[in-house]
Amino acid sequence: MTQLPTSTEKSLGLVIDLDTCVGCQACVTSCKEWNTGGHMAPLTDYNPYEGGADGVWFNRVHTYEQEAANGCGHDRTVHFPRSCLHCDEPACVTVCPTGASYKRSSDGIVLVDEDKCIGCKLCSWACPYGAREMDMDVGVMKKCTLCIDRIYNENLPERDRVPACVAACPAGARHYGDLADPDSPVSRLVAERGGVDLMPEMGYRPVNKYLPPRDRERTGPAVTAPALESADPQGGFLGWLDGVLSR
Amino acid sequence: MSKHPTNGANSAPSQRPLRVSNAPAEADGVDTSPRVSEEVKHSTCYMCACRCGIDVHLVGGEVRYIQGNRDHPVNKGVLCAKGSAGIMQHLSPARLRKPLLRVGERGAGEFREIEWEEALQIATDRLSRIRSTDPKKLAFFTGRDQSQSLTGWWAQQFGTPNFAAHGGFCSVNMAAAGLYTVGGSFWEFGEPDWDNAKYFVLFGVAEDHDSNPIKIGLKKLKERGAKVLAVNPCRTGYNAIADEWVGIRPGTDGLFVLALVHELIRAGRVDLEYLVRYTNAHCLVIDNLGGADHGLFARDADGKILAWDKKKGAAVDALGAELEPALAGAVTVGGKRCVPVFQLIAERYSSPEYAPEAVAERCGVPAETIRRIAAELAHVAFEEAIELPIAWTDWAGRRHETMKGRPVAMHAMRGISAHSNGFHTCRSIHLLQVLLGTVEVPGGFRFKAPYPKPCPPGLKPAGKDGGKPNTPLSGAPLGFVEGPEDLLVDENGGPIRIDKAYSWQAPVAAHGLMHMVIANAWRGDPYPIDTLFMYMANMAWNSSMNTTGTIAMLTDRDEKGDYKIPFIIYSDAYYSETVAYADLVLPDTTYLERHDCISLLDRPISHADGPADAIRHPVVQPDRDVRPFQTVLLDLGARLGLPGMVNEDGGAKYADYADYIVNHERTPGIGPLAGWRGEDGDTFGRGASNPDQLKRYIDNGGFWQHELPEDARYYKMANRSYLDFAVHMGFLPKADQIVFQLYSEPLQRFRLAAEGHGDILPPQEERPRLIAAFDPLPIWYRPFEQAAVDGEAFPLSALTQRPMHMYHSWGSQNAWLRQITSQNRLFVHRKTAAGLGLVDDDWVWIESHHGRVKGQIRLVDGVNPDTVWTWNAIGKRRGAWMLKDGAGESEKGFLLNHAISEFLPGDDTHSNSDPVTGQAAWFDLRVRIKKCDPAALPRTEPRYPLLETPPGIPPAPKKLSFGAQFRRWRETAK
Repeated sequence: MTQLPTSTEKSLGLVIDLDTCVGCQACVTSCKEWNTGGHMAPLTDYNPYEGGADGVWFNRVHTYEQEAANGCGHDRTVHFPRSCLHCDEPACVTVCPTGASYKRSSDGIVLVDEDKCIGCKLCSWACPYGAREMDMDVGVMKKCTLCIDRIYNENLPERDRVPACVAACPAGARHYGDLADPDSPVSRLVAERGGVDLMPEMGYRPVNKYLPPRDRERTGPAVTAPALESADPQGGFLGWLDGVLSR
Repeated sequence: MSKHPTNGANSAPSQRPLRVSNAPAEADGVDTSPRVSEEVKHSTCYMCACRCGIDVHLVGGEVRYIQGNRDHPVNKGVLCAKGSAGIMQHLSPARLRKPLLRVGERGAGEFREIEWEEALQIATDRLSRIRSTDPKKLAFFTGRDQSQSLTGWWAQQFGTPNFAAHGGFCSVNMAAAGLYTVGGSFWEFGEPDWDNAKYFVLFGVAEDHDSNPIKIGLKKLKERGAKVLAVNPCRTGYNAIADEWVGIRPGTDGLFVLALVHELIRAGRVDLEYLVRYTNAHCLVIDNLGGADHGLFARDADGKILAWDKKKGAAVDALGAELEPALAGAVTVGGKRCVPVFQLIAERYSSPEYAPEAVAERCGVPAETIRRIAAELAHVAFEEAIELPIAWTDWAGRRHETMKGRPVAMHAMRGISAHSNGFHTCRSIHLLQVLLGTVEVPGGFRFKAPYPKPCPPGLKPAGKDGGKPNTPLSGAPLGFVEGPEDLLVDENGGPIRIDKAYSWQAPVAAHGLMHMVIANAWRGDPYPIDTLFMYMANMAWNSSMNTTGTIAMLTDRDEKGDYKIPFIIYSDAYYSETVAYADLVLPDTTYLERHDCISLLDRPISHADGPADAIRHPVVQPDRDVRPFQTVLLDLGARLGLPGMVNEDGGAKYADYADYIVNHERTPGIGPLAGWRGEDGDTFGRGASNPDQLKRYIDNGGFWQHELPEDARYYKMANRSYLDFAVHMGFLPKADQIVFQLYSEPLQRFRLAAEGHGDILPPQEERPRLIAAFDPLPIWYRPFEQAAVDGEAFPLSALTQRPMHMYHSWGSQNAWLRQITSQNRLFVHRKTAAGLGLVDDDWVWIESHHGRVKGQIRLVDGVNPDTVWTWNAIGKRRGAWMLKDGAGESEKGFLLNHAISEFLPGDDTHSNSDPVTGQAAWFDLRVRIKKCDPAALPRTEPRYPLLETPPGIPPAPKKLSFGAQFRRWRETAK
């Protein structure tokens, strides 16, 4: 079984804002197009032009309706992007029999070494988030690399050294940075917005965080407008128009 | 001009690279700096109509990766799901490869490949004969075409009035209502002030129009804590993240908006100063019921519209400066009783019929909600008004020290448009905006150049004579009518055009009625045609109402055995359903293989801060024998000898579309592209052709943008600095103030004709409908189908929308996008389903007065309970798009179009359209749903025969390992 580093220098990860995510799938295909030619290339597609089409994707967005706390049906539709959370306690790594799955001690990114992967799928069973993607064509497990071939890439202009999904997101719902540094912009964002772990009870200590939708009653914008009074309660029609107006 | 040195939309500190982005030491052998590409080319996306800037990374002439252009004014670096899947559209196995000539029966998909010379000769022979005999026998209709400035000009030079693009079945209600009211419209002609709005109302926007700018804007609003209110029967996408969702009943938005207007007027909460300065609210309307001048403006001897000046106690030129106009009361002018427009507005909308209580039930929105929203709008507009410290000078030369803003912005689109009452509903929204004083002010709705234009723009539709042999039309086929004299009707009041646009059935049909062309041509009503020439319009499938009937019309024969629509030429890049119904197929390129211009003469991509245009250029070369449609069209034009497309020696004037883009001049000095004009490229807007123009665009990232000076960015309808600039650029003929037309006199002129006044009169049978629909002030009426069918028999409204990852995108052949959605469900409210005994995943028949289709349901709470809806155009014909039989799209995906008639219920003379504009009323549909026999196969019906694959198209692959080649390239190169 594979060892985890005792600690990592950084914990790089994503922060995803469920308040602005409109479920447009932009992060899904931008991830696909970068990564199908990237570090784990290709992201194979099976039966791409027929029934049963399926393929390797590092990032998927699901849409579901959330039950209201007051029992009045499902009062909110939520779009939920799902990818590897680069956990601090990743069972997918510790379960790996060959050392193929590992967590980098420098930046905390969880990767798969394709040369060591035997395609046993234990990691996909161990991951409660469904973030592992088996490429059946090559018999290798693939997954989000946090765009490790972008974020440090000296062949890209510096401003492009962010994960593909973060650059593409039209609603600006995706953020990236070092979540181990409490003063990093992403950590401050998580603190301000009450960012949460996904399924913390599982104990995997995910690095990625989700910012919850703003509560419409409490944190949403309040327009405290007084009710409109009739301009002329006595019924004198259009009396309020008598003022001098100049064109 | 300026190029923004920006890091783009996603440039918050939490979205930037690490402060030190050097790779850390980690002994895992990962190459953190692999080579990305050999070359990056900048072009414009065409995966939808949004037209974002793209950076295309290339390796060995292949597309490695497409990313958003951070400097581009539309998308600022972001890219939607379609844009990033562009590679798969470009590599689709359904790409046509060579011109095709039909050899089998129409619709069978049996073709032989022919050479381009033969194809062009066939087309030239046919079109030449038509042009020399009766040019209107050519019906030339383009679909989601972004080159309408070229295609419309081509039709004009050919001499056929029978031209339009897809606007008639898309959103002409929005364009027409906007242009006749405020001189601009939502989306392409205007945008919310995302940076200053504090309250944003989104009406009927189905994840669309436009794609990335709305998403970027919503993020900005949320960051600033602005309130987002969504009015939509469906709680998806943008509506899902709104702070408040009003799940309104389809087709009642106008009623809801007019109830808000009622509340504002009841409370006297309207911006009167704004009204007298920028609208016709003070103009005097003649009150002479039954007279030929009733409802027209009072005018002086010079034809100037009059207003009552309280200071002078006299009627004066309403559009002059410095008068003190009366907004209420009645005066006598020239012996006639006259009242100001605002008096009419206040009388009408203060009536109890528009009170929240009176409309609540029909809208499905509680009266208290309507009252609260009205109060919120008034509060933000008036109590939270803003003021930018920017001095500006108005049209009359008066200096204003600041720009005052009312930070309420609105946006509306197809949910408003696709109803038979959509024109008036859109006008109602503009009325609401104007009463609040929020149009073209900080925080409100802003125009994008070349808009605003006069309301309506001065261009009239040409082709009244129906076209003469070998003669161009006197002007463009599409334009804006101002009265009966501008209609395209014959002496009996019958239509001139095949689609009956600009007839008494659709007088303000500014975009034509493409959805009626096939039905009318098949019926020979008003006349048979010879050739139907279409581009990028899937009329044999998801772009037609009554798809089954349309297919039958395309293949129907007369008593002699000839097809009733004798010849069909179709250009498409892909094997769409419609290709199978063409006699001659002209294969187009993909968007990465072509030149295009995103022109200010056409459908602009400007920002409210300044005009912009852009190009596409070939970033890869076609590997097939295909040609860009626009180049083919110019070639055909030259072969036909069309004026403007040939030189004096008869040779082709333009080598290709790129040559046209650079060298064509619509008027002297004004051509398709505004940037880098003049022989040396040192001017913009107006100037001689510049042979290096395309290179200058390419060097600038594929686009040109001019930033307006600060004092010209708001109040453009009355801003001296902007108006002068607009005249210089050729946007406006004169620097006159553009006055918003709350009261629309052109509409009243049509109504007067319907009441029997004037020389040009509608046929008797059309008059009641015209009198009802041509109200000069916004009205609401029940959508026609809802009013005509039995409400108990068909209790549900049925809608469609496109998923964001497929909005305006051409085809489900995209290997990546179809993995996200390959089957559409009918979404049904849980309570509604329970009442019908339906459970999740049931198969149901969706039945209308017209037809039925079978689909599978999905239960949700986020929909108006009296409404069902589905994702549109997921369902595909078996065999089309190179999808293997059994694909989800043809097995389980379904088209609601089968249930939608192109005619009104029980009336086969009137199309299923808005009576003002001819806009296709897709969303008027009423249905019932019934559980299918559980023993029946779980697949959609109707089911069609499998289309054959045309010759030369190889079978689609069983597996895609796209990207493996780049890894090999990278690893070899190391």
